Amino acid sequence: MQLEAMYQEVILDHYRNPQNKGLREPFEGEAHHVNPTCGDEITLRVHLSGEGRDATLTDVSYDAMGCSISQASASVLTDLVIGKSVKDAMEIGDAFLELMQSQGKAEPDEDVLEDAVAFVGVSKYPARIKCALLGWMAWKDATARALGEAS
Amino acid sequence: MTSRPGLLPEEIKKDFPLLQRTVRGGRPLIYLDSGATSQKPLAVLDAEREFYERHNAAVHRGAHLLAEEATDAFEGARTTIATFIGAVPGETVFTRNATEAINLVAYALSNAATAGPESERFVVGPGDEIVVTEMEHHANLVPWQQVCRRTGATLRWFGLTDDGRLDLEQLDDLVNERTKLVALTHQSNVLGTVPPVELIAARAREVGALVLLDAAQSVPHMPVDVTALGADFLVFSGHKMLGPTGIGVLWGRRELLETMPPFITGGSMIEVVRMEGSTFMPPPQRFEAGSPNVAQAVGLGAACDYLSEIGMDRVHAHEEVLTGYALERLAEIPGVRLIGPATTESRGGAVSFVVDDIHPHDVGQVLDELGVEVRVGHHCAAPICRRFGIPATTRATFYVHNTLADIDALADGVRGAQKFFGTA
Repeated sequence: MQLEAMYQEVILDHYRNPQNKGLREPFEGEAHHVNPTCGDEITLRVHLSGEGRDATLTDVSYDAMGCSISQASASVLTDLVIGKSVKDAMEIGDAFLELMQSQGKAEPDEDVLEDAVAFVGVSKYPARIKCALLGWMAWKDATARALGEAS
Repeated sequence: MTSRPGLLPEEIKKDFPLLQRTVRGGRPLIYLDSGATSQKPLAVLDAEREFYERHNAAVHRGAHLLAEEATDAFEGARTTIATFIGAVPGETVFTRNATEAINLVAYALSNAATAGPESERFVVGPGDEIVVTEMEHHANLVPWQQVCRRTGATLRWFGLTDDGRLDLEQLDDLVNERTKLVALTHQSNVLGTVPPVELIAARAREVGALVLLDAAQSVPHMPVDVTALGADFLVFSGHKMLGPTGIGVLWGRRELLETMPPFITGGSMIEVVRMEGSTFMPPPQRFEAGSPNVAQAVGLGAACDYLSEIGMDRVHAHEEVLTGYALERLAEIPGVRLIGPATTESRGGAVSFVVDDIHPHDVGQVLDELGVEVRVGHHCAAPICRRFGIPATTRATFYVHNTLADIDALADGVRGAQKFFGTA
């Protein structure tokens, strides 16, 4: 059945037990993103140590409401990027974006994407791709702000 | 449950080619999203196709036979559609959809101050008030917010009661001598609520305010007579009433349409054009600049004929039975909360609900897997969700082709979602 392909156990686990959830201080960048078609929202904060693209993502905290896909995706995101350099995390973000644009055909690299490989099933459903990307887009935005690249 | 008195024959489904297809691995399609857009019966598809195959030409111009036939088809459709709502063709303006029809009136108000003395009735400015409700579709909210921004007028609104009705306690305060226009829905697209339009219109008349009804969810589903409602304007969309996309209607009282400044100007709406300035046609052409959506108007005319043949009383009775059954079936599921009136009293067939601990997107995904197509989200009426403290709802809407079995499938699907997500 297709449902199990979309809602893999990993996704449901992250949905039921979200990692790193809650807004925390300190932070240098914050972004609020919404999915206007369904009303899902996320506020996400980024705390950096260091300068520029070599800076480390010491903390990524967030508060969100939305469907299982958007909630699980935000949780997986924080697990993946906290502790990484901005540069490395952006590469993971690019890999995730590529996965979500693959219409279910990608064979994602589990070494890079870890739990996020579970979202391959979601990429078959155009209406849900935005759900999966909501947290990632907010994270990119908040990181750019923390680096002073965006206002 | 297979039948109840008042239901239309199930054979009606055969009139809709799309409803014969299967979805998601060969499952029969159960379409419960007519409130977003309706499927089209063969009669409508045939009418549109026949227009292109036999009569297509530019309307209201040219002296050849095809131009005559096309004009007859277009104006014939206007008469059919006008009659369908108890109006006359001269008061029935074609627009692209209900949203454009509302904007046509909103821009008339915005532009009235510079449109000359005949448009004085429509001028709004600081100190004036426009009244809407908290249950409006964005189409009947945002244009009025914009009018107020442009003119300095103040936007006010009716709130909602916990059971999804309009809170009328402040009626006399909200609609007062400063009110220029009251814009409200004739049937909420989320809650199903049918507000007491006559009561509100009577108060508006007392204070000299205009009344605009968003009938996008009422004209398709119940008998509507524009002369009986006390409204000055009424708008609806063709695609929600078995007609094509790209065609909608603004009905307005003639004396208003005659003095309202036009919204979109250009060809087809002018009388005399000189380099120094132009004069405009009387309504409805005054508001129909540019090449109209002729085949779509013809299709909408065919949709009105199709509905009239069934009878709008019977359409309404059918949907009332379905709505009552849906309310029963959903209310008996633990963990399901209905958003909107719990009975069919002054209520149409839009049934919104939330399922504890499952986001509507996820409910919709499970239903879709079962071939049950519903709408999830805020349904272009976000303030309703905010009012009820929920991010979104799952919504089922009904039409002539739906059956009790469709609603059984919906209820089973909701229970299936609860099982899948482990919440029940």
